[in-house]
Amino acid sequence: MSHLPILPFIVPFVTAGLLLLLNGLGIAAKRRVSAIAVAVLVIVSFQLLASVTDDRIHVYRLGDWPAPFGIVLVADRLAALMVVLTALLAAAVVASSIGGTDAEGRHFHVFLQLQLAGLNGAFLTGDIFNLFVFFEILLLASYALLMHGGGLVRSRAGLGYVIMNLAGSALFLIALGLTYGSIGTLNMADLVQVLPNVAPADQPPVRVALALLVAVFVFKAALLPIGFWLPHVYTAAPVPVAVLFVIMTKVGIYALLRLSTIGLSTAPFTSDLLAPWLAWLSVATIGFGVVGALAASRMSAVIASIIVISSGTLLLGVAAGTVSAHAAMLYYLINTTVVAAGLFLLADHVSRQRGTVGDAFEKGPRLTSVALVGGAYLVLSLAASGMPPLSGFLAKLMVMQSLGSTNTMFAAWFALVVSGFVVALVLARAASTYFWEPAKSAAAETSRKDVAGHAPSEPGRDAALVGLLALTIVVTVAAAPISSFARATAEQIAAPEKYVTANFGSAPPVKRERRP
Amino acid sequence: MEIIVSAALGILAASGIYLLLRPTTFSVILGLTLLSYAVNALIFFGGRLNAASPPLVLAGTSGQADPLPQALVLTAIVIGFGMTAYLVALALKAKGESGTDHVDAGKDQ
Repeated sequence: MSHLPILPFIVPFVTAGLLLLLNGLGIAAKRRVSAIAVAVLVIVSFQLLASVTDDRIHVYRLGDWPAPFGIVLVADRLAALMVVLTALLAAAVVASSIGGTDAEGRHFHVFLQLQLAGLNGAFLTGDIFNLFVFFEILLLASYALLMHGGGLVRSRAGLGYVIMNLAGSALFLIALGLTYGSIGTLNMADLVQVLPNVAPADQPPVRVALALLVAVFVFKAALLPIGFWLPHVYTAAPVPVAVLFVIMTKVGIYALLRLSTIGLSTAPFTSDLLAPWLAWLSVATIGFGVVGALAASRMSAVIASIIVISSGTLLLGVAAGTVSAHAAMLYYLINTTVVAAGLFLLADHVSRQRGTVGDAFEKGPRLTSVALVGGAYLVLSLAASGMPPLSGFLAKLMVMQSLGSTNTMFAAWFALVVSGFVVALVLARAASTYFWEPAKSAAAETSRKDVAGHAPSEPGRDAALVGLLALTIVVTVAAAPISSFARATAEQIAAPEKYVTANFGSAPPVKRERRP
Repeated sequence: MEIIVSAALGILAASGIYLLLRPTTFSVILGLTLLSYAVNALIFFGGRLNAASPPLVLAGTSGQADPLPQALVLTAIVIGFGMTAYLVALALKAKGESGTDHVDAGKDQ
């Protein structure tokens, strides 16, 4: 058995422990260890991706317990894709944090590695209890990262975020307790087999349990009535952390996609669980993001709204539930993750060059590095708003095409087109403030000089931004291979029996006790 | 027995949710604690209420209790405990910075 599927979890997890042991060594050594670990993670995750391109599903049994009794990690196309995306973001996070953010508080790299371990574990796990455990690992690390650097704004945002997530964890546990209590398994592959055969008397608690799981996942993905936490948290987080948080809403979307293909669609009494409401709430979420973007008074709030819009768009794909919708949303997911992360780094560049004004939409000092910032702004805002010729346009077009047969088509198209225009408008308005309306006052100039004196040019930050820009271009140029991979991924998850065969093999099912 | 247990779970969860909706961090933490008691008990009772099933496999015993809910609830207790400890520390930090226990403290600053 190859050990490849567990490496994306083990590498950051061991590194986190190692970094704690090396605590006395000083920040330079810790940065080196963290950067090397992330480099290894990138290599390992690309290897994992390469190993699943022949439609193989790796199943890693910890302790070699037979399915469905042991803990399993399952690496299929979807999991490998998410792991690669996480690793690439991690590289940008480490590069941009090395500029000095990581020295503003203690143990930045420890929590970063723990969060990576939690993220990769959540993508790779094959049973829903371990999904809970990995969620908690990544959440605890995210609480600490959000508070990194301190300050009342972060404490307040952090308090709300922690309380909301603890309530979410309680719901998750209730769902797990009900699921195990009524059908006696938490293994995802086993769910596929057990769910269609649930006795009618047991169906209501199972339905409640799965509905609760759905609620938890859409909470992580910031769907409308329970998504108001997102803008507070993402605007309060330090920039490298905000870049990493971009993938956190995607964990909720990933989990919901997995649950809907593995669990919900396999049994008649659960297959209608998402149908009537998810598409409409997704449209409403896009609307909330649009209003948020229009009302934002600074760049990071606009980006948070863009993330809300992208969550709504992705959930439209989950709600549609067809292979083409899943394929389109996966391409959109890659695009939006890279672009939103790039925008956060860009907002950081802008705010560092504008002194006390920061990234607020007010007249401020003239930007110094116009070539990099201006170029990045052009590329990223085209990609974020879905204008041709970049990946954002392709992604949005694919999503719109794939939604053509759903009964919410017109609402969804309207929401997607309006959100694109509004994002373009808001980003253009911001650009004209940033680039063309410098304040002439001497005070503004001095404030910039103050900051420029304190914040020397940081190659790591520039490299992270350039890297994400390059990635945006790659996602555009390589749209054909990436979208055919997304298509193959969607086809793979649409056939849960492959997942089951990978887990159980062709061996006859193990006999087990079914409780009353 | 089932009625007593479900009533106890319901009362714990209801009190927890009520306290969770209060505006001071102290009540919120108490509420989360009560809610997590209810949740942990729910997971544990997922293994069925049966006084006649022994928890250990000994010679001559049969019909053992399901060990998995016990393992799940241990994990859940540990995680819940750690999270609550972090929340208490965070609430104290926020109180130290803003001078009040209100969850929206310092909103306009």
